[in-house]
Amino acid sequence: MPLLALRRITKRFGAHQALEEVSLAVEPGEVVAIIGRSGSGKSTLLRCINGLEWPDSGTIEFDGRTFEPTPRRLKALRREIGIVFQSYNLFPHLCVERNITLGPTAAKGMKLAAARELARKVLRMVDLEDKIAAYPQQLSGGQQQRVAIARALAMEPRLVLFDEITAALDPELIGEVVRVLDRLARDGMTMVLVTHEMGFARRSADTIVFMHQGRVWEKGPPAKLFGAPVTAELASFIDAILSVDPSEKRHVG
Amino acid sequence: MNYVFQFNVVWDHLPELLEGALLTIQLSATAMALGLVVAVVCAYGKSAGPRPVRWLVAVYVELIRNTPFLVQIFIFYFSLPVIGLRLTANTAALVAMTVNLGAYASEIVRAGIEAIPHGQVEAARALGLKRLQIFRFIIIFPAVKTVYPALTSQFILLMLSSSVVSTISAVELTAITNSLASTTFRSFEFYFVATGLYLAMALGFRAGLSAIYWAVFQRSRAA
Amino acid sequence: MGRSFGTGEFLFLLRAIPSTLLLSLGALTGGAIVGLFVAILRIVPSRPLRWLATGYIELLQGTPVLMQLFVTYYGLAVLFKIQVDAWPAVLLAFSLYSGAFLGEIWRGSIEAIPRAQWEAAACLSLSFLKQLWYVILPQAGRISIPPTVGFAVQLIKNTSIAAIIGFVELTRAGQLMTNTTFKPMIVYPIVAALYFILCWPLSLLAQTLERRIDATLGIKTHY
Repeated sequence: MPLLALRRITKRFGAHQALEEVSLAVEPGEVVAIIGRSGSGKSTLLRCINGLEWPDSGTIEFDGRTFEPTPRRLKALRREIGIVFQSYNLFPHLCVERNITLGPTAAKGMKLAAARELARKVLRMVDLEDKIAAYPQQLSGGQQQRVAIARALAMEPRLVLFDEITAALDPELIGEVVRVLDRLARDGMTMVLVTHEMGFARRSADTIVFMHQGRVWEKGPPAKLFGAPVTAELASFIDAILSVDPSEKRHVG
Repeated sequence: MNYVFQFNVVWDHLPELLEGALLTIQLSATAMALGLVVAVVCAYGKSAGPRPVRWLVAVYVELIRNTPFLVQIFIFYFSLPVIGLRLTANTAALVAMTVNLGAYASEIVRAGIEAIPHGQVEAARALGLKRLQIFRFIIIFPAVKTVYPALTSQFILLMLSSSVVSTISAVELTAITNSLASTTFRSFEFYFVATGLYLAMALGFRAGLSAIYWAVFQRSRAA
Repeated sequence: MGRSFGTGEFLFLLRAIPSTLLLSLGALTGGAIVGLFVAILRIVPSRPLRWLATGYIELLQGTPVLMQLFVTYYGLAVLFKIQVDAWPAVLLAFSLYSGAFLGEIWRGSIEAIPRAQWEAAACLSLSFLKQLWYVILPQAGRISIPPTVGFAVQLIKNTSIAAIIGFVELTRAGQLMTNTTFKPMIVYPIVAALYFILCWPLSLLAQTLERRIDATLGIKTHY
């Protein structure tokens, strides 16, 4: 049974059709990378999964149960689905440790001592244990993003969403974040990412979903999608990526 | 509670209250116009004037902004006669209100002036415009337009604080309400209705000032 | 005729300062409680509650403080049938007045916190109140300090209005001294100077804090 099942999700913002009849299933332990041009509806789809956006029609099932947009249900859902944002959104008035322990203590009732142990553990997973007492302003973009990942992991979620988490980073800082993503994928975390990191997608994703103008255009394993694109849109998208980053040429096709 | 509210007494005296409201409006509107002139002059002096002028304006603004309006009124009405300058109650009220508004408004206008991109002034100077012309066409008009909301708020604050001039027996709404309340012993009802009248005037001024904004700034101008 | 203005008279003025400060502090405290309540009501999902808070703010910001004092003073006398002491009436009126202004300031501070912070807190499955308590209010509090200090200055000046209903604070003390010495040219400027000494340092503090918060906010909101 899939952990997450989206069926025929439709959403429009005013005159703009953001999503049209999008369906997607995510198995436990699967890594799904959603790619596509900006405006293709990728982020909207991701934000529907944990209730930050609400579809006009269609159903979302998590662990066999359908969503209702009630505050209680959303709260319960967000304990199991974590999210990492493009602009990290760390809490600037709290140190790294407190950023991480806030969720487990205030929302899950964990004791502070246990939460601090947990904080150390997740910081180790992102290679930032030495920054446990620092404040977000003192960290680089890549470090802040890794703390944001640790914060999401501290809630011990069954699924983690990643919304273009490298898009706001300077190029030299992307590597450290992508390394963490690779590790999480290896360790069996169920992940849904909206990403431009084609290297990561090819390397660690189980399924690639190519979206275009609010619909799923193609879906399948990386080798198939990158090696033999069926539609012209995907082919031209890959071309556009290649023209930006020629190093990808070596890996694709 | 044995008190019986008798608002009909108030309705009987409504014409006098409305006359008081009209006096408040006249007093406030005059002070607004004069105060704006003071503000523009001071703002210009503070941003473009020589050092002594800038210092003088700064002292003026800080003195007014850090002392109560009521005390300022007392000085204009009670203290000045000692050095020979005797003003009537209403004149003292107008002067005090103008001086008070001038200080606050000058800071607001100055902020508007400083928001004008410097490039515009340089371009105007390159076109050969004289200093006063530059000020009149390039600076003051857009500056006032930018800070109009803040000015509106300050104006309405001025109209509300006019109620305090009743202490020196200047004739406006509060003074009239005071005398009516004391002669009829229906204090609560009169002050309640007077408060409502002030609220109505505040809304009215806001609408009126919006209309002025439309008339002055929104019609297409060659500026 | 009239006493000369000497040390005794000056000390009388000084001894009224604690009343001014105590009233200001009391009103600030009462206003803080009301203000926090009002600020939160302005942002809750329930529309009727938001309108209630907005109406309260519009009412107290759109009417003169003097009127609010009168209505409270006579209203209390009417409701409790007793001649209320000046202190409770004045404290209540100024607390309600402060609550409206502080509520507006603090609502502005809360709304200055980016939506993304709310989202991040919500996605950690924190309830609305917990989002407010752990994430939003601490940040909003920091931003709200300069305008709150600025309002404290306004409050200290406005306590002078209590003199009009006979409450003895610094301005009333000035009136009493003028009545016994007949030297308004000496008394009122001194009263003004005393207010200036109380208010100006606070004004400067507010400006310094504003600059400092602006600087750190630049780092804070830059991700």
